Amino acid sequence: MKEIISNLNKNFESRVRMGIMSVLMVNDYVDFNTLKELLDITDGNLSSHISALEKNNLIKVTKQFIGKKPNTRYEATNQGRKAFKEHLDYLDRLLKSQKEQ
Amino acid sequence: MKSEQLENLNEIRNLMEKSSRFLSLSGLSGVSAGIIALVGAAVAFFYLDFDQRYFDINRYFYNGMHQRLQQQIGFLVLDAVIVLLMALSAGVYFTTRKAKRKNLQVWDNTAKRMLVNLFIPLTAGGIFCLILLYHHVFFLVAPATLIFYGLSLLNASKYTLPDIRYLGICEIVLGLAGSFFVGYGLIIWAIGFGVLHIVYGTAMYMKYEREMVVNK
Repeated sequence: MKEIISNLNKNFESRVRMGIMSVLMVNDYVDFNTLKELLDITDGNLSSHISALEKNNLIKVTKQFIGKKPNTRYEATNQGRKAFKEHLDYLDRLLKSQKEQ
Repeated sequence: MKSEQLENLNEIRNLMEKSSRFLSLSGLSGVSAGIIALVGAAVAFFYLDFDQRYFDINRYFYNGMHQRLQQQIGFLVLDAVIVLLMALSAGVYFTTRKAKRKNLQVWDNTAKRMLVNLFIPLTAGGIFCLILLYHHVFFLVAPATLIFYGLSLLNASKYTLPDIRYLGICEIVLGLAGSFFVGYGLIIWAIGFGVLHIVYGTAMYMKYEREMVVNK
C-alpha cells in the first residue's frame, strides 16, 4: 500500500494539472484560452500550473502569431504522456486495492 | 481519500470527452432533417407522376426513359439542394440551442474538427455524384450519395457523439443494397435520409437530451 502511494507522481497532485494533462492526452495541441474555458480557472492560476509542468518537461509550449495576435499552444511530451498514464494506472490500482479491503 | 480520487478520475474522463468530441449535436436536428427529406422525397414523387420505379435500369436503357430523365434531372437536383440547405439550417438551429442550454460553445475546435472530418469524404462523394451525372449514369447517383454520406458519418463519429457511427453503417448498407437493386433510388433516399434520420434523431434525443429538458 505504502509503495503504491509513493509512486504517485507529485507533478499531478493538483486537480488543475491533472485537468491540463487529461485534455492534452486526447488532443494534439490546445491553446491557452481553450484550456482556460475547459478548466474554468483564472489566467494566473493556469499559467503557474503550466510553467510547472513545462519545467518538468511534461508539456511543450509553442509560441506563435496568428495574424497579429500572439497564440500559445500546448502539447504533451512523450515523457508527459508516459508519466500521466502511469499516474492513472496507479490511481486505478489504488482504488481497486481499497475496494478489496 | 477514495472518493476524492474517484471524483478526480471522473473529472478526467469528463474533460477528455468534452475537449475532444463535439457533444452539442442535437437529436432534434436529425429528426428535422429526416422530416424535411421526406417532404422533399414526396415532392419528387409527385413530380415524377407517382412513378416510384424511378431510375429503373431497364426502362432507362430500352424505353426512351433516357430523354425524359435528362429533362427531369434539373428539377430533382434543385429539390435535393433545397432539402440539403433546409436540413442544414435546421441542424444548425437545434444544435446551437442545445449548446446554449448546456452552456457550451458552439463554434470551437471540436466543432471545426468534426466538420472537417465530415466534409472531406462528403465533398469527395458530392464531386463523384456530379461526375456520375456528367456521364449520365443516373441510376447510381442516389445509392452513391448514401454510401458517401454513411462514410462521412463514420469518419465524423470519432469527433462527436459516437452513436452516429451506427447511423453511418446503416446508410452504407442501404446505399450498397441500392446500387445492386437499381431503380429504387427515390425510395432508398426517403429511407436513408428520411426514416433513418428520424429514428436516429429520436433515439439520440431520448438518450442525451430528454432529461436535460425535464431538469429545466
